[in-house]
Amino acid sequence: MIRVDEKGFYGKFGGAYIPEMLHPNIEELRDNYEQIVAIPEFQEEFNALLQDFVGRPTPLYLASRLSEKYGAKIYLKREDLCHTGAHKVNNTIGQIILAKKLGKKRIIAETGAGQHGVATATVCALMGMECTIYMGALDIQRQRPNVERMRILGAKVVPATSGSQTLKDATNEAMRQWINNPVDTHYIIGSVVGPHPYPEMVARFQSVISKEIKAQLLEKEGTENPDIVIACVGGGSNAAGAFYHYYNVPQVRLVAVEAAGLGISSGKSAATTALGTPGILHGSKTLLMQTEDGQVVEPHSISAGLDYPGIGPVHAHLFDIGRGEFVAVEDEDAMKAGVELSRTEGIIPAIETAHAIHALNMIEFRPDDIIVINLSGRGDKDLDTYIKWGGY
Amino acid sequence: MNRLHRLFEQKQERVLSIYFTAGFPQLVDTLPVMQALESAGADIIEIGMPYSDPIADGPTIQDSNMVALDNGMNMKKLFEQLQEMRQSISIPVVLMGYLNPIIQYGIEAFCKKCQEIGVDGLIVPDLPMQQYLDEYKGLFENYGLSNTFLISPQTSENRIREIDEHSNGFIYMVSSHSITGAKSEISEEQIAYFKRVEAMNLRNARLIGFGISDKKTFITASTYSNGAIIGSAFIKVLKDSKDLSKDIHTYIQSIIS
Repeated sequence: MIRVDEKGFYGKFGGAYIPEMLHPNIEELRDNYEQIVAIPEFQEEFNALLQDFVGRPTPLYLASRLSEKYGAKIYLKREDLCHTGAHKVNNTIGQIILAKKLGKKRIIAETGAGQHGVATATVCALMGMECTIYMGALDIQRQRPNVERMRILGAKVVPATSGSQTLKDATNEAMRQWINNPVDTHYIIGSVVGPHPYPEMVARFQSVISKEIKAQLLEKEGTENPDIVIACVGGGSNAAGAFYHYYNVPQVRLVAVEAAGLGISSGKSAATTALGTPGILHGSKTLLMQTEDGQVVEPHSISAGLDYPGIGPVHAHLFDIGRGEFVAVEDEDAMKAGVELSRTEGIIPAIETAHAIHALNMIEFRPDDIIVINLSGRGDKDLDTYIKWGGY
Repeated sequence: MNRLHRLFEQKQERVLSIYFTAGFPQLVDTLPVMQALESAGADIIEIGMPYSDPIADGPTIQDSNMVALDNGMNMKKLFEQLQEMRQSISIPVVLMGYLNPIIQYGIEAFCKKCQEIGVDGLIVPDLPMQQYLDEYKGLFENYGLSNTFLISPQTSENRIREIDEHSNGFIYMVSSHSITGAKSEISEEQIAYFKRVEAMNLRNARLIGFGISDKKTFITASTYSNGAIIGSAFIKVLKDSKDLSKDIHTYIQSIIS
């Protein structure tokens, strides 16, 4: 069985390795979130917002030209059609309702490319809560449109100027600010990372993805179970959502696609399972890219959303026990796959998602296999990167 | 007997513990800084083991960590530098740092090395009590290392009692809701928290840290505890110093005389 144990571990990975100053916050969350999430009132509000505000259920779309090209039956789970353009909002809706029930007044969050920041700023505007987003100073320069989207939505965007000035440093900064404001503030982590109970809580809010896939596939194919589910993994929230209800269905293959950057052995990569070793990052034990001295290594991917030196502990566990198949896709192949999907199906995907599309070239399957690819986000935010790359 | 225990047997008031980052400002400064601290009158030395992602630290210590790493500091080098430290250092020495570099060095090898060179205790902010009890306590004790936990104004009375039970050096009282960083004032609210913990009559000595920067804040903190810890303010002294030995002496004397 793949599930989190009472101490917050998935096998060897997980836990809550946090400074004592964060203990009361984490304890409050751990002791309350399951009860709060279980009450009917929470579920009603969550489901109503997912339906009317986010636009769920998102379609499960049979991509016929892509299917013909690859010789399998390929469905796309259209998370790109969620409000704000990616799956990230499923989690922020869940956490903002939770924060309200916990009596919190302020929200903080980290963001890399800005998608989670935008999804957080959006729900804060929706609920009338004060919102501060920490973002690496370098990412602020690289992702100007998302910075302005957050500002239009009323959020304050604070640059993280330490370290490499990217996602991991923004996460460090958000944790520090949580230490500084432990009472009135809730920290909305954007991926299945961080100290327990975050990885499981975020996965649960994202699990609506696989819940819908099951129902939609049953209707279209007469079975809840595809042969293969494919999703890209940075921290791993969209993959966790797409895999969640299939973790313990062994006949469904789970394919996690990491970013190889310029190549796994190029020194410019974010392929954590290929390059990482067990260690502790942002409060949980997981696989992470580090030096032999235990210093965290800065990753590289053309896609800012996959540019993270670790993966969520549940994915480290799937890798460890062989339940997940992990492949790594290079920048160039991902960009080409983005164009390929654009031209075969009329969908310009986020570059993160394009990695998952390219994985069709890297795994084996049979002509009658049903494959679901989680189309985690749309490519609008990546136009600059597509333009700079120019290979279309 | 562990030097920390001996110290707290002999001295219960105004114990001054100084934190600095190993390999800062220059790689080779670790031992000279320690020697200057001892001769200037510090009671405990806390050596920070630099880490790329120090989530409990403010900008001053973050920067010193980056500089030290850029200087080439790592665990192996640190142990080389400290190998002969007991020839010139007699006061307690505590290593402070995040768990990941320790795990990568190998937890048992790390503890063994600490004992061999004469380290008295460890402060690992991201090693929570439960994990300590489950995985590390036996090892630390086998190698004669005291373990120090942090508490904050948010820590419940029950948990403080539990922490007291499992500590065997001193308790590190974080002075406010805060990451590390020098401040100039101690508020009424903080004093109420110091008094609340003082009234609990804990087994272990208590040192107050985070936000202690000068004689005034040191004396105020010491009024309600056994002493205090200075980190960021001391790092600033090192950073601006042209003559480490002289400036360290002047600074320490400005606190304790």
